[in-house]
Amino acid sequence: MGSLLSACGINVKKKKVEEERHLRANDREFNLSFKYANNAIKTSKYNVFTFLPLNLFEQFQRLANAYFVFLLILQLIPQISSLSWFTTVVPLLLVLSITLAKDLSDDITRHKNDNHVNNRKVEVLINGELKSEKWMNVQVGDIVKLENNEFVTADLLLLSSSEPLNLIYIETAELDGETNLKVKQALTLTGDLGNDIQKLAAFNGEVRCEPPNNRLDKFTGTLTMRGETFALDNERILLRGCTLRNTEWCFGLVVFGGPDTKLMQNSGKSVFKRTSIDHLMNVLVMFIFGFLAFMCTILSIGNAIWEYQEGNSFITFLPRADGANASLSAFLTFWSYVIILNTVVPISLYVSVEILRLGNSYFIDWDRKMYHVKSDTPAQARTTTLNEELGQIKYIFSDKTGTLTQNIMTFNRCSINGKSYGEVVDFAGQRVEVTEKTEKVDFSWNPLADPKFCFHDHKLVEVVKSGSPEVQAFFRLLALCHTVMPEEKTEGELFYQAQSPDEGALVTAARNFGFVFRSRTPETISLVEMGVPTTYELLAVLDFNNVRKRMSVIVRSPEGKLTLFCKGADTIIYERLHPSSSKLMEVTTEHLNEYAGEGLRTLALAYKDLDEDEFEKWKERHHEASTSLEDREAKLDTIYEEIEKDLLLLGASAVEDKLQDGVPQTIEQLAKADIKIWVLTGDKQETAENIGYSCNMLREEMKEIFIVAANTAEEVREELVNARKKMSPESGDEPPIEKSRLLGKKSQVVEDEKVDGEYGLVINGHSLAFALQKDMQLELLRTACMCQAVICCRVTPLQKAQVVELVKKHKKAVTLAIGDGANDVSMIKTAHIGVGISGQEGMQAVLSSDFSFAQFRYLQRLLLVHGRWSYLRMCKFLRYFFYKNFTFTFVHFWYGFFCGFSAQTVYDEWFITLYNLVYTALPVIGLSIFDQDVNDRWSFQYPQLYAPGQLNQYFSKMAFARILLHSCYSSLVLFFIPWAAMCDTVRDDGKDIADYQSFALLAQTCLLIAVSVQMGLDTYYWTAVNQFFLWGSLSVYFAVTFTMYSNGMYLIFTSSFPFIGTARNSLNQPNVWLTIFLTTILCILPVVAKRFLFIQLKPTINDKVRHKVRQAKAVPPPLPRKFPRRRISTRRSGYAFSHARGYGDLVTSGRFLRIPVKSRPALFPHTDTPVADSTPQTYRTIFEEAQSP
Amino acid sequence: IMASSYGAKEEDGHHPGSAGLGGAAIRTKKPDNTAFKQQRLPAWQPILTAGTVLPAFFIIGLIFIPIGIGLYVTSNNIKEFELDYTGTDMSSPCFNCSQSWNSTNTCKCELFFSLDQPFESNVFMYYGLSNFYQNHRRYVKSRDDSQLNGDERSLKEPSKECEPYRTNENKPIAPCGAIANSMFNDTLDLFYIDPNGKKRPISLTKKGIAWWTDKHVKFRNPGGSNSNLTTVFKDTAKPVNWHKPVYELDVDIENNGFINEDFIVWMRTAALPTFRKLYRIIQKNNDMTPTLPRGNYSLAVTYNYPVRSFEGRKRMILSTISWMGGKNPFLGIAYITVGSICFFLGVVLLFIHHKYGNRNNSSDIAS
Repeated sequence: MGSLLSACGINVKKKKVEEERHLRANDREFNLSFKYANNAIKTSKYNVFTFLPLNLFEQFQRLANAYFVFLLILQLIPQISSLSWFTTVVPLLLVLSITLAKDLSDDITRHKNDNHVNNRKVEVLINGELKSEKWMNVQVGDIVKLENNEFVTADLLLLSSSEPLNLIYIETAELDGETNLKVKQALTLTGDLGNDIQKLAAFNGEVRCEPPNNRLDKFTGTLTMRGETFALDNERILLRGCTLRNTEWCFGLVVFGGPDTKLMQNSGKSVFKRTSIDHLMNVLVMFIFGFLAFMCTILSIGNAIWEYQEGNSFITFLPRADGANASLSAFLTFWSYVIILNTVVPISLYVSVEILRLGNSYFIDWDRKMYHVKSDTPAQARTTTLNEELGQIKYIFSDKTGTLTQNIMTFNRCSINGKSYGEVVDFAGQRVEVTEKTEKVDFSWNPLADPKFCFHDHKLVEVVKSGSPEVQAFFRLLALCHTVMPEEKTEGELFYQAQSPDEGALVTAARNFGFVFRSRTPETISLVEMGVPTTYELLAVLDFNNVRKRMSVIVRSPEGKLTLFCKGADTIIYERLHPSSSKLMEVTTEHLNEYAGEGLRTLALAYKDLDEDEFEKWKERHHEASTSLEDREAKLDTIYEEIEKDLLLLGASAVEDKLQDGVPQTIEQLAKADIKIWVLTGDKQETAENIGYSCNMLREEMKEIFIVAANTAEEVREELVNARKKMSPESGDEPPIEKSRLLGKKSQVVEDEKVDGEYGLVINGHSLAFALQKDMQLELLRTACMCQAVICCRVTPLQKAQVVELVKKHKKAVTLAIGDGANDVSMIKTAHIGVGISGQEGMQAVLSSDFSFAQFRYLQRLLLVHGRWSYLRMCKFLRYFFYKNFTFTFVHFWYGFFCGFSAQTVYDEWFITLYNLVYTALPVIGLSIFDQDVNDRWSFQYPQLYAPGQLNQYFSKMAFARILLHSCYSSLVLFFIPWAAMCDTVRDDGKDIADYQSFALLAQTCLLIAVSVQMGLDTYYWTAVNQFFLWGSLSVYFAVTFTMYSNGMYLIFTSSFPFIGTARNSLNQPNVWLTIFLTTILCILPVVAKRFLFIQLKPTINDKVRHKVRQAKAVPPPLPRKFPRRRISTRRSGYAFSHARGYGDLVTSGRFLRIPVKSRPALFPHTDTPVADSTPQTYRTIFEEAQSP
Repeated sequence: IMASSYGAKEEDGHHPGSAGLGGAAIRTKKPDNTAFKQQRLPAWQPILTAGTVLPAFFIIGLIFIPIGIGLYVTSNNIKEFELDYTGTDMSSPCFNCSQSWNSTNTCKCELFFSLDQPFESNVFMYYGLSNFYQNHRRYVKSRDDSQLNGDERSLKEPSKECEPYRTNENKPIAPCGAIANSMFNDTLDLFYIDPNGKKRPISLTKKGIAWWTDKHVKFRNPGGSNSNLTTVFKDTAKPVNWHKPVYELDVDIENNGFINEDFIVWMRTAALPTFRKLYRIIQKNNDMTPTLPRGNYSLAVTYNYPVRSFEGRKRMILSTISWMGGKNPFLGIAYITVGSICFFLGVVLLFIHHKYGNRNNSSDIAS
């Protein structure tokens, strides 16, 4: 299973393994000698000539088609053939041609794409001149010139660029989906070539490098030039698929072309996921094969007995072929019955299943309610084969940042000197809900204000303007105490780069309230305080870390006052307050509680004026500690501790980690649908917990929320066991394992355990690592699965996948993983269903997902509406399909007893051919594409409707057994009623009607009408299309039947249509119709009675809701309920800085300040591979190396 | 801050997601707002409520029972007389014939019977066979429809399906195949014995016993307008079991060769191993007297057809018919039964609905 994690497949189709690539610039002859692939790509599979043979070859490798061929061969043996060849050939041709058409259109699209890409133009240096060339003609060793916004032609070695220091900027969206710019730099040596064509043409450097591979983050090679050798790494390589941005031009040397490029090497086949219904079907098909063999055996034994008893004496009229005796006859009969009864094996089912899955996928693509206007993104079913599984989800694994939250922090509330600001109240002092329309505070008095900043409480501005010292100190602190870096491209246009969005939000708030952080040097911080430029001397940064949970700066004001500003988690700050603050502390605590209750991330702010002497002394010791070689961290912490005491409280800030729209509602809905949600986040515990509360996962009404945060394996185990015992005291030590062997695969399935009440579980990264170890896995699983909500913090991408894998492996449940970032790829690929949020963090998650959309809230629609419908439809389809085919087939079985087990068919051969293909095909597809039990609004209203899917109630082995019995009953009715009615009967003019042909016609008409009525009974949602399909199919049946039994057809194809006149002669008989009517009623009567009885006695949730819908017909459908925001009294610390150590070092070292000011976007993210990057990045980090010259 | 950097991206004119091959997608990707695509097609959503199910049961019951009674009465009014003349019993006049059957000698026997009730209107005379597997697969397919349709080529070269009755002495058999070969060839004659003991033959019509489509479309003599069947069938052999060739089945040119109605009737194979086939029709002559008055009759059988070897039975059936065909009480009884069950079920369901249904349906859904 671990192989699932390997992100990409590798093309292993190489003639000769290339060990090293060797090429010389501008020397085509030399390079051609190696026969490297040129830059043409081919993703298409076939060409005009190979299409038919290759495609057919592939198709016949499928079991279903192979089975058809096997049947066809059987039919060609005259002794066995109980059906004409066309009964098999026609469906086979149809199936083949549908697949053929689909593959053809796919391949044509691929050809078009290939052509489009191959015919793109690029400027290539040929014989000392730049010529425009098609991409496909570019060779390894060519030098190409790229211009701004052009796609990179092939994998290039960057030679030179228009930008200083030979830098270029690229966007890798097509490659890894990330839309932010990355920087690449050429070697100085080649950079000197500039855009001098002569020099470039004369360039003859030789490159030796690794052979083509699929690693996007690695390149090793050397460039040899004038006898000197230079090392080449990934920094110098431009990969195909990237786009050049913000760079006028650049030159590059083609290293890998076309199929050898890393892009193409990466486009391996993704893991093929199958749904649980697929697996069940495989089991059932095996069973059906067995059942078929069983029926055939019985019938052939019957044949042997008949041949022995009757056949021997019947020889006078029915001689046997030479040498044939009873046993040979029985053997042949076995195979004859295999042909006749082959319809129990649902071969055409596979085709239909694909069609209806495709249909349901289109409905997902088309849904306007999953279309996000802002980003113009519709939902997309990227895999069309998993829809019904969406209706069976039991566990959702969600990423947090970017999925549940928008990763936008907004400064929302603050408490300054015991007064809370930020709440909007009306005249009566009542709280007003903040909406889009609420009037925003006008910051126009402050020219440096960030126009995007919103605040709704006017009082705060007034207080600031009025010059309240506490309020000003509050914002001064926010403007000084941080590690944000400013960037001022043009005068007055400030951009902040913060390591964590919280910090950015706080500094921006200070900026808008008149304390603008403008620039910093290692020694100073320049502010504009209420319009007055002020420069503070930065004396020390007492950086943040996880243990300290606070950060301080020591600054000297222009007036020479020394001050320590500190912000941090309230509990931590409170411990270090001066007793004089205790009164303020109480008030602030109240406010903090209130903020926390709203799910805001809070910080307490404090300051302290320092004594010059005291500080000098401290500084010496600080210097000592910071230069000591051993145990520096600990020593520094102690030093910090010394000075961070007797602080004076200023107040508290509250930042909102903005949830995506509708997240709490969605989670509540999903919880009602009994879906368990696990949040797997890279965040730290407090943050995650907070989000858990604010998005409704963790609720106050939960009985208990367990927090597992232990440091050793034993403690973790203990905490897990304790939690479990608390939830379910009677749960045993041994997990309740249901061992099952399925098709040779051994699986350990842990059963669900009963718990009353709702619980939550929070587990931190450290504990999770222990808990995921082999011997503790099941313990974790048991405890976690008893909880309604589970939050795992500080999880690495690999652990995300492990957690998903754990549940997938040991629970009989369908899992779904949803995420937006590269760090979610592994879990998206592991889960049964992966959903990608096509949002801000790029496309990587989407590219590996099965479904994608723009907002988390669409998940409820995807599951509760589309998933549920898909599951319902698929199950209905399967049930009905099996029913109709079994019923069809079993009639043959009964007839066997009346025709000497001779494999005589009951129906006309044409009916057998067309039954699945024409007469019942469209109605069943109509049923399975349009059917809905209740519409989407009701589905939302009653999320409980989702439960049957999770329990596999609509289609399971039990359901299959019921279908078998039902079919058995129906077939008995369908055979014996016509049998009894026709026995020794004649027409109303005394002529024959009990003849074989009339009987066949009667039996098949009864069957068709009975299954059509059954279909009507199964259909919940009768659209015009359904009606049309059903009535259309019935009329087609009669039309086709009358046509095939007509004089004309007989006279033209005498031997193919021997049933001439049967329809005319028997369908005008009243007793024929009375028989049809009787059989139909008898077939559906028990079904109706049973269903009605169940609705009365044991109504399912579905029945109840449908009943409600019926009652509410007059009343308009319910509106989506409003969810009042809950106010929670529990105190939760929400200190929410980024989890990594801050970069105070960087701030003071001043390395970053040596950057030449450039008018380029400077948001360079890390270029490590996303999956390998173990710490999830909640915010962009500064990539300092890239900027250093 | 985040917002500002995001904004910068938008200004770039770069849409995440449109970076693919096509590129410039100016058109919005918003899906169309059609009822079909949004799955809002107007629909009728029937559910099984007490208001629909219970009346349905009662109505079905109310419809079925009268139909059933009607059918039953109709079936009962049909007069039918059946006479087994296989001759398995020592006491049967045909016992000797059935024992000493050979293909050359014709054996005759005569059975006497009496009708207790007069048969009004047309009377249909059938022969019935039991335990005769006319529906056996090998039997059913052992014919050549092209040949029977008058196709010259098939006449010379019958289909392989006819084996082993395809050729005889290097001549193609016409009509070929096992079905034709096993054609029923007993001759049945009916006599009325009037009260003074005199035997009067009853005239039996042999035309109009086959389906019109069979007689006029499916079966045609080869040679088209050539009325001399002897020459048409010149190069063919007669079926092995037959006493005379196909062109001597009847003297009437309209009832000879492949279009001989007895032959056509036989060729329409039965669905079940027990079957009856129309043999003759006794036309009603005038309105005054019944077609077959009460009294004694005799059946003269020319016993040709061997069924003893496979324990088959041969019957002669006299029957009148009604609008629903021949006598078959099954449908009537079935309708009455089903109707009663419906009615009964309706009552039971009504009871259950009253007792439990209201409670369950009005109960709210726990949310």
